[in-house]
Amino acid sequence: MIRALLAASLLLLIAGLLIGAAGIGVPDAAILWQLRAPRTLLALLVGGGLGLSGAVLQGALRNPLADPGLLGIGGCAALGAVGVFYWGISTHFAPALPLGGLAGAGIGCIALLAMAGRALSGPSLILAGVALSALAAALMALALTAAPNPFALAEITFWLMGGLADRAPIHLALAAPPILLGCFLLLRLGRGLDALSLGEEVAASLGVPVASTLRRAALGVALAVGAGAAVAGGIGFVGLVVPHMLRPFVGQRPGALLWASMLGGGVLLLAADLLARGLPLAFALTQEPPLGVLTALLGAPLLIRIARGAS
Amino acid sequence: MITLRSPELRLGNAVILRDVDLTLNPGELTALCGPNGAGKTTLLRALAGLLPGSPPRDPRRVAYVPQGARAAWGMTVREVVALGRIPHGDTASGPVDAALVVCGLQALQSRRIDRISGGQARRAMLARAFASEPDVMLLDEPTADLDPAAAHAVMALLRQTAAAGRSVAVVLHALDLAQLYAHRMLVLDGGDIAADGPPGAVLPAAAAAFGLPYGTDATPRLLPPA
Repeated sequence: MIRALLAASLLLLIAGLLIGAAGIGVPDAAILWQLRAPRTLLALLVGGGLGLSGAVLQGALRNPLADPGLLGIGGCAALGAVGVFYWGISTHFAPALPLGGLAGAGIGCIALLAMAGRALSGPSLILAGVALSALAAALMALALTAAPNPFALAEITFWLMGGLADRAPIHLALAAPPILLGCFLLLRLGRGLDALSLGEEVAASLGVPVASTLRRAALGVALAVGAGAAVAGGIGFVGLVVPHMLRPFVGQRPGALLWASMLGGGVLLLAADLLARGLPLAFALTQEPPLGVLTALLGAPLLIRIARGAS
Repeated sequence: MITLRSPELRLGNAVILRDVDLTLNPGELTALCGPNGAGKTTLLRALAGLLPGSPPRDPRRVAYVPQGARAAWGMTVREVVALGRIPHGDTASGPVDAALVVCGLQALQSRRIDRISGGQARRAMLARAFASEPDVMLLDEPTADLDPAAAHAVMALLRQTAAAGRSVAVVLHALDLAQLYAHRMLVLDGGDIAADGPPGAVLPAAAAAFGLPYGTDATPRLLPPA
């Protein structure tokens, strides 16, 4: 399965360099290196971070409905980006938007771990995440209602739907280190997650430090998902759906899902992004459909199918 | 062998047990008995080093199976049993195979744990403890929701395990099983270890703890409520 996913990501990577608004084929160097390469690599990275985060959170919280959005870090990244829109900083300084998102995600991560407390357990982490999501959503709504002009409002709304259009090498340079660091942290949690499948008490009796495992999971997810949201906006369903799609192939053991979910998330998001690029070519659309909308449109039916199969 | 000395065991602010000085000896199957709320599970968790403030244990030496343990995911029986190797940091198949054999799970090893009966899943949890090859096994209600034959089989296995040189402690509500299989019986009542000794000698104290009449017509045994 890992090999199949690697092959798929390689194929899609090549396709990602050959398909774009300029048509299908090898583009000139500027388009290739300034637009298509960063966009394609970002899709792989952001999707990989989301897929892996979903698998880790589902394992850590022993809940098949857990999704990276649960911790509210994506919401905080969006809030940071909205702040940048709100004050119009991005018109003067292009990297302000991802930087704002990264700052929001970082503050959110600190707030999350502070709220969850020292005696970290699954339920305390979920509660802290829900509180953080609500706070971020409320502040974002406040920023939207008080938006200085209707253009800012439209810009914010469209950005929130998620997308990778027109992302430049600077976005890749800003997002790649935190995503890779987050993935590195998360990939090392396999044994702890396996032990947690029998409950936090049994995991502790097996010598697994439960609180620090959950803290590292939260930190890894915050890095991977927060940095992803900072450059790509709100992309839903990937983290939720990918582990479910892969369980029939790699088994149900949480630790066995990690590498597969990372590769699977990258493949899924890159495929969705290729669809987003291809649709305007095929149907003469004036604008690409937002990536977050596409992943939700693809993810929802998949999830319904999985739910029917599971019953 | 495992020892626990503590002036009091607490759950939050509530004192559950006082003056605990308990050693589980190798070769002994010890039954922890007492009414609901007497502190059996708290004592077992303290022995396992899982109660806040209790001395930590080496997970390679001490295996703990809580009541109602279940796997969150539909892993195979073999995968669940292999989790017992986590303390050793290896994936040795020998101990896993042996644990599957001892618990009679060979035929079920590739079945999903959520697609077998509750009693079979409980045996898998027990096998997980065996896979750690511990010196001390601490089991909370290992016979709950087993049919009588399976309950006897599990108790016989635990007695045999203890006789082979391990320390085994079980929380047990079924006093008849404790009497039949345990080498030693502790009666917990009113925040104290009210009695500690061979099951036959301790049974009157157990009867008093449960508020049940105690009869000696043929063999010492508990009678139904008057």
